[in-house]
Amino acid sequence: MQELTITRHNALIDPLLSIWSWQIPVYLFLGGLVAGIMIISGYFVLQGQYKKNVFSCFYLPHIALVLLSGGMGALFLDLEHKLYFWRLFTTFQVTAPMSWGSWLLMIVYPALWVNTLIRIPERYQGKVPIFDRWSAALNARPVLIKNIGIANMLLGTLLGMYTGVLLSSFGARPLWNSAMLWMLFLVSGLSAAAAFVHLITTDEYERELLAKADNAFLTLELFVFGGFITGLLTNSRVHKDAVHLLLDGPFAPYFWVLVIGMGVLLPLAIQLLAVNHKIKHTALAPLLVLAGGLALRFVIVFAGQFSRWS
Amino acid sequence: MARFGMAIDTVRCVGCMDCVVACKTENSVPEGFNRDWITTEVTGTFPTTHLEIRSERCNHCDDPPCVSCCPTGASHVHDLGAVVLVDADKCIGCKGCVASCPYGARFIHPDGYADKCTFCIHRVEQGLLPACVAVCPTHCMHFGDLDDPNSDVSTLLASRRHHVLLPDAGTKPRIYYLT
Ligand code: SF4
Ligand code: SF4
Repeated sequence: MQELTITRHNALIDPLLSIWSWQIPVYLFLGGLVAGIMIISGYFVLQGQYKKNVFSCFYLPHIALVLLSGGMGALFLDLEHKLYFWRLFTTFQVTAPMSWGSWLLMIVYPALWVNTLIRIPERYQGKVPIFDRWSAALNARPVLIKNIGIANMLLGTLLGMYTGVLLSSFGARPLWNSAMLWMLFLVSGLSAAAAFVHLITTDEYERELLAKADNAFLTLELFVFGGFITGLLTNSRVHKDAVHLLLDGPFAPYFWVLVIGMGVLLPLAIQLLAVNHKIKHTALAPLLVLAGGLALRFVIVFAGQFSRWS
Repeated sequence: MARFGMAIDTVRCVGCMDCVVACKTENSVPEGFNRDWITTEVTGTFPTTHLEIRSERCNHCDDPPCVSCCPTGASHVHDLGAVVLVDADKCIGCKGCVASCPYGARFIHPDGYADKCTFCIHRVEQGLLPACVAVCPTHCMHFGDLDDPNSDVSTLLASRRHHVLLPDAGTKPRIYYLT
C-alpha cells in the first residue's frame, strides 16, 4: 500500500496538471499544418509548377501566412504574462526549444512572404507596384526561385519537427518524452497539409496527386504511431503508465475513435477507393484527416499533462 | 560557490504546517497557492506500515529542467548558493517551467508569472535562515551549503540515512529527507 496525502492544492497543478487548454493544441496543429503546406508548396516551386496556372503555388503561401498568424495568436492567448511576450526576442536560450521555435518562426514568416512574391495572383497584380517589381526580379532569376522552394521545404520540415520537439523535451511528462513525437507531428502535419490542398484545390492533377501523397503519409503515420507506442511500452514504468492513458485509460476512446479510427483509418480507406477510381473524390476524407490531426494534438497535449513521475 | 540545500528530519516532523504558514506570510503567497506544503506518505501493509511526514517545496535541483526550458532566461540559477529563481520581469507566463518540473513545485502567480520557493533568498542575503526553517517548532529543518563539509546539512547527510524525491527523474534535487 502507498497512500499519499498532500496539503498543496495549487490551481492548474493539482490534482493533475492542466496548465494548457485549447490554445496549445490549436497552435501545434496550425504550426504542423503550415509546416506541411511549406513543404508541399516548396516542392511545387522546385518542380517549376509556378509557371503554370496551378493553384498551390498561387495561394498556399498566402494561406499559410494567415494560418501561422492564427497559430501565433492562439499561443499569445495562452501566455499568462502577455505584455512581456517581447522578452522572447531579447535573448536566445540555447537549451530551450521554445526559444529556438520563436526564432525559427521569425525566419519562417519572411520565407513564406518571399514565396508569395513568386507568383502574385492576377487580381492582386498592380495593387502594390513594388511587389510586382520584386516579383519580376525574382522571375528573372530561376535559380533564386528554386532556392526559395528549397528554403520553404527545409524551414517547413524544421517547423514540423519543432512542434513535436517542444513537447518531447519535457522529461517530467513521460507521455511526451518520446523520440518519436517529432516524427509523429511532422508526418501528421504533412498529411493534414496534403488533405488541405486536396480539399481546396480546383486542379484535377493536384487533387489526385495530393490524395495519393496523403495515403502515403497516413500509412507512414500508422507506422510512426506503432513506434511511438512500442517505444513507450518498452520504457520505464512511468512511460508505460503514460502510454496506457491512451491505450486503455481515460483518453482511449478519443485516441482510438477520433485519432486512429476517424482521423487515419477511415480517410485512408476512402482515399484508397478514390485513387483507385472505385468512388469519387469527396471532401469527407480530407475533412476527417484535418479533424484527426487536430484531435491528435488535443489528445497528446491533454493526456501528456496527466502523465507524471510518481 | 556555495550550493544551498536542505536536510529535513522526517523523524522529527509532525506535520504542524508552521512552515507553510511562515512561507505564506513571509512571501505574501497569494490565496489559493502554496510554495511549500506537507506530504504524508503511508507505505506497507498493516500492521507493518510506515509513516513519513515531509515538508516539501522546490528542490532547487542541480540539473533544473525548469531553467533549461525557459525561453527568456527568466528562470535562472542565482549566483548566491545556486538557488533556482524566477525573474518576474522576464517571464512571459508560457508555463513551460511548470510542465517541466516533476515535483509540481511551480505555479502561475495571479499576476501572470511563474512562482515558487526562493529559499527566502532575501533573508539569506541578510544572513537569516529561510522563514520555514526559522519557524519550525521541532527544529527538523536544516539549511546550508552542501559544498561545505562542515555545514549543518553536510554533517547530517554524512551521519544519517537520507533520500531525495523522484531521483529517477534525473533533476538532482537538493532537498534531502533524513529517515
Ligand atoms: S523542484 Fe522543480 S521548480 Fe524546483 S528546481 Fe527542481 S525542477 Fe525546478
Ligand atoms: S513561465 Fe516564465 S519562467 Fe517559466 S518557462 Fe515560461 S518564461 Fe520561463
